[in-house]
Amino acid sequence: MPDLGSRHVSVVSVTNLVEITELNFGYGSRLVLKGINLTVRKGSLVAIMGLSGCGKTTLLRLIGGQLQAHEGSVMVAGQHLNNMSQSDLYALRRRLGMMFQFGALFTDLSVYDNVAFQMHEHTSLSESVIRDLTLMKLNAVGLRGVQSLMPSELSGGMARRVALARATALDPELILYDEPFAGLDPISLGVIGQLIRRLNDALGATSILVTHDVQESLKIVDYVYFVSEGVIVAQGTPEQIRASTLPFVHQFIWGEADGPMPFHYPAKTMANDLGLREV
Amino acid sequence: MVLESTLRNIRLVGDGTLKIVERIGATVVFLGLTLTQSATSFRRFDLVIREIFYAGVQSLIIIMVSGLFVGMVLGLQGRETLQNYGSEQSVGVLVALSLVRELGPVVAALLFASRAGSAITAEIGLMKATEQLSAMEMMAINPMARVVAPRFWGGVISMPLLAMLFSAMGIIGGFLVAVVLIGVDDGAFWSQMQAAVDFRHDIANGIIKSLVFGIAVSAIATFEGYEASPTAEGVYGATTRTVVS
Repeated sequence: MPDLGSRHVSVVSVTNLVEITELNFGYGSRLVLKGINLTVRKGSLVAIMGLSGCGKTTLLRLIGGQLQAHEGSVMVAGQHLNNMSQSDLYALRRRLGMMFQFGALFTDLSVYDNVAFQMHEHTSLSESVIRDLTLMKLNAVGLRGVQSLMPSELSGGMARRVALARATALDPELILYDEPFAGLDPISLGVIGQLIRRLNDALGATSILVTHDVQESLKIVDYVYFVSEGVIVAQGTPEQIRASTLPFVHQFIWGEADGPMPFHYPAKTMANDLGLREV
Repeated sequence: MVLESTLRNIRLVGDGTLKIVERIGATVVFLGLTLTQSATSFRRFDLVIREIFYAGVQSLIIIMVSGLFVGMVLGLQGRETLQNYGSEQSVGVLVALSLVRELGPVVAALLFASRAGSAITAEIGLMKATEQLSAMEMMAINPMARVVAPRFWGGVISMPLLAMLFSAMGIIGGFLVAVVLIGVDDGAFWSQMQAAVDFRHDIANGIIKSLVFGIAVSAIATFEGYEASPTAEGVYGATTRTVVS
């Protein structure tokens, strides 16, 4: 596997928040992730990129403990997730935040209640303190003014920003983002990208971003892992990735229609399908 | 050929039976899990009260109107039949016992399943499809305790109250038709009813019956929603199964 950032690896081995070693995972007999090795340094913003269905969201779910590795180990904040009890897993998750692909806001709660949800559930803070904290979180994403609206009244970009405020409500150590840029207009996309970077630095958190939006991600992340067909095919800093001559990375970065990922799905010959006699 | 077809049919019946038994078993296990995760519902009873509002209060119109009309039909048909035997004044007893013992719990449960049960299934199913349940899990909050158990207890508490209201409205319906419209003696209507309806044997048993229906309907509704495939078709299928089951 081509390693485009060996300097980075030598640094992260000291202070890794996430360490995945020789991970194999599959649904039924179909192996989705094969021999994954991945490390995320504390305080960094790391992107996991790849085509739709390549296994990157599965990888994120394994890091969040929603799925269990079949082989290999997943270690988050120094704890092995394999065979962890539910109470231990919940204790660990209190230190994590996750933003889902379309926000996953609770549709029966207002924007304010969505952001305050974890504070109400997990803390014994007074209502006035919760109110102040919630408004600060909403202010950080520029949406203090929509606190009384319901999620159905928000645009896609606004819902994503509220979800970001909710994911950071308890100042998590690790924030996981599942396709945060999917379906956004260019302005919302830029806003979300900048917020992800700013919040990560302001909170002193570590973030893992699963995405296939190359240009926006490369602007904000520290390190990139490329996944293809369940295998990490390349890794490196954004500069190293941009300069990569690996055919898959090149095709992905520049959005070329044909390359290692063929344009045509495997099929019989055209002449055969049209019932023509091949010459 | 005939043997093959017979064997295939037997296999189909066996397969169908196994699936039904498996589904019942899974629902019972789910009910057990719900009960073990019910502490939050009782510690924060406001969560259950909210569900009583959605499942119970919002079902009031359909329950009361249906009860009224069922009682009216019983009053009319009961009086028609009883007058042939010269005992039309017993129509109050017929209306009350039919409603309190049988029709109240059963019809109210059917209406409750189709209105509130399907709504609970659809809500939980959509929460799953839009990853709200996963989001809750990732926040270290157990959806069984925070979403499923309050809805289950909201349904269980609402059901007997709705069944009692159904019966009460039915008796009023029977009274309106038999006494007010047709002219059966109102003293006989009420006094015979009072004498014939026993609190423990009739009313308490009816309440217990409706409580059991409430547990069954709420368990099935929450189970189907929680186990629904996270797609539009999955939620559609789950709501249908809730009403049919």
